[in-house]
Amino acid sequence: MTVTILPREKTSALFNALILFGSLLAGLVAVGVVFLAKGINPFFAIGEIFTASFGSAFGFQETLTKAIPLILIGSGLALAYRAKFWNIGAESQLLLGAVFATWIGLKFGPGLPAWAILPLMFLAGFIGGGLWGLIPAIFKVKFGINEVISTLMLNYIAAEFVKFLVVGPWKGETKYGYPYTDDLPTQAILKHLGSTRISLLMLVIAVCTALVLAFLVYRTRFGYEIRVIGENPEAGRYAGIDFFRTSLIMMFISGGVAGLAGVGELSSIHHHLSYPETISAGYGFTAIIVAWLGRLNPGFSILSGLFFAGIIVGGDAIQMSMGLPATTVNVFNGLILIFLITGDFLLNHRVRFQRRVL
Amino acid sequence: MLEIITSILVRTVVAGTPLLLGTLGEVISERAGILNLGVEGMMSLGAATGFIVTFTTGNPWLGLMAATIAGALISVIHAFVTVSLRANQVVSGLALTMLGLGLSGLWGKPYIGRPLTTKMHAIRIPVLSDIPVIGKVLFYQDPYFYLSVALGILVWFLMKHTKVGITVRSVGENPKAAETLGINVARVKYLCVMAGGAFAGMAGAHLSTAYSKSWIEGMTSGRGWIVIALTIFALWEPSRAFVGAYVFGGIFVIQYVLQPLGISPNLLAMLPYATTLGVLLFYGMSKKGKRRMSAPATLGEPYIRGSR
Repeated sequence: MTVTILPREKTSALFNALILFGSLLAGLVAVGVVFLAKGINPFFAIGEIFTASFGSAFGFQETLTKAIPLILIGSGLALAYRAKFWNIGAESQLLLGAVFATWIGLKFGPGLPAWAILPLMFLAGFIGGGLWGLIPAIFKVKFGINEVISTLMLNYIAAEFVKFLVVGPWKGETKYGYPYTDDLPTQAILKHLGSTRISLLMLVIAVCTALVLAFLVYRTRFGYEIRVIGENPEAGRYAGIDFFRTSLIMMFISGGVAGLAGVGELSSIHHHLSYPETISAGYGFTAIIVAWLGRLNPGFSILSGLFFAGIIVGGDAIQMSMGLPATTVNVFNGLILIFLITGDFLLNHRVRFQRRVL
Repeated sequence: MLEIITSILVRTVVAGTPLLLGTLGEVISERAGILNLGVEGMMSLGAATGFIVTFTTGNPWLGLMAATIAGALISVIHAFVTVSLRANQVVSGLALTMLGLGLSGLWGKPYIGRPLTTKMHAIRIPVLSDIPVIGKVLFYQDPYFYLSVALGILVWFLMKHTKVGITVRSVGENPKAAETLGINVARVKYLCVMAGGAFAGMAGAHLSTAYSKSWIEGMTSGRGWIVIALTIFALWEPSRAFVGAYVFGGIFVIQYVLQPLGISPNLLAMLPYATTLGVLLFYGMSKKGKRRMSAPATLGEPYIRGSR
């Protein structure tokens, strides 16, 4: 028997959706196998994950809360990945956003009204994340340094920097030795919707960012340039695209929106800067799959962000009820990502099995 | 003074050992044209597997074997997805890292905080170990050190002086030509990726059974990523992997040497990562380095049989 693989030219939307759904399902089956190997009933565990995240009003509130940073970061990553710029540094771009916003909030917050301090914090957070995102872009275009490594190294550096701040110079005077900064003044804190932990403003910002970035990718010259850089850099050079300029702007935006997510986590959830793993529950990494599941369309990251927020919330729930470690979510993420790229193969190729003719 | 220097050097070599093993593995994989960003995950899985098996059997050699097999097995996923399914190597590698970190955390959880009672004893090489400084550093180490050095020399010899090396390199540089010479490109790629996984697994077992003798989540702490940077630093040459691994081993040690000087431990902890960036930057800035930093020609690209 021979196996022939041919490229598939066109795919219908239905086939696309079927493959996507099939990939997710296969990923869940694989997760089930892992649970089974650990002696956990997979139907119970996976069922528990989805009932905890989408099955109750409280669960869904938490899912929405966690979807906000995922949508923001995921749409920003989709932008970068379109240009085949593998930004793995959203985790630290988020942190730098939170650091900049903390500084503005603590320094100018007490003297300013909410309508002035909040926009300033968002601006500072965007700039903080954006500047941190510029570093790997400059490194790559000017010096040919692999961005996966540089963004990862910057993650570790930023995490240590935040730890240094909260146990050292920025340690709160009112915090009795805990590794926190002082709390932001009330006017620098985002209000929640009713008794939930959702900031309506953040939710609107997240959804709008995703839509604006989708518009940017598909409807503007800048988006066209990004796609050309990703799909056919040679053609891009002929067309006179300024790689340096385009990459810089793109990474400033990609890092900037991750910075906005940092402002949200700081101002809506924590109210002070603390250890990096507290500020971000691995959002920068989970958002990589959010972007991929959304087919690198920033708009779709609204849906895929919601889905993975559900997995985080459900993961937290079974972690507590079944005594599983926090990193269980990584098993989910890894397996689903593997099946998503497997699905891409089926989407782009026809596989024919033929009996060998003698 | 001499004693302090000796002790620093001894620890440098110990800290460099997992980096050397990991880098050798990545060199093999990348020489065959497959970038595997899953090192951190494979290493972590090796660390957990090595610890669990050593803990339950009481035999660190079995732990090492199990970790090597675990690393090779999980890397098959990357080989299948990138070679057979021609998927994006960056994304697949990241997925592998997540999976490896997740699985090791899941399986290793019951073993957190349990100290290992058995360990590999250091082997003293007679006569040579009596040489001042060098004797203690090079000839009175745990078996992992000797193993990594032997493997390093083996990989260097295979790559540089045998047909195996030519085969692997031709697959990475020009798979089409390799195919016409009758080389099974896909098989070579699979084997090289698995060799990379096996080396990463060994590196992990060293961390959990020789370096720290305990298992905690996230104990690889970015070493897998540093390995990928070291592969570039080594210019895909096994011989240069030695230099890189021990220099970076030294940087891991120097943190603890400098700590009593009153520098914040958090700032010192940045050193390995900042140095990695610094080294890559130095290479990128020098014109000569930029030219030499050229990777195997088809690194990261899927090979489609019969195309072009």
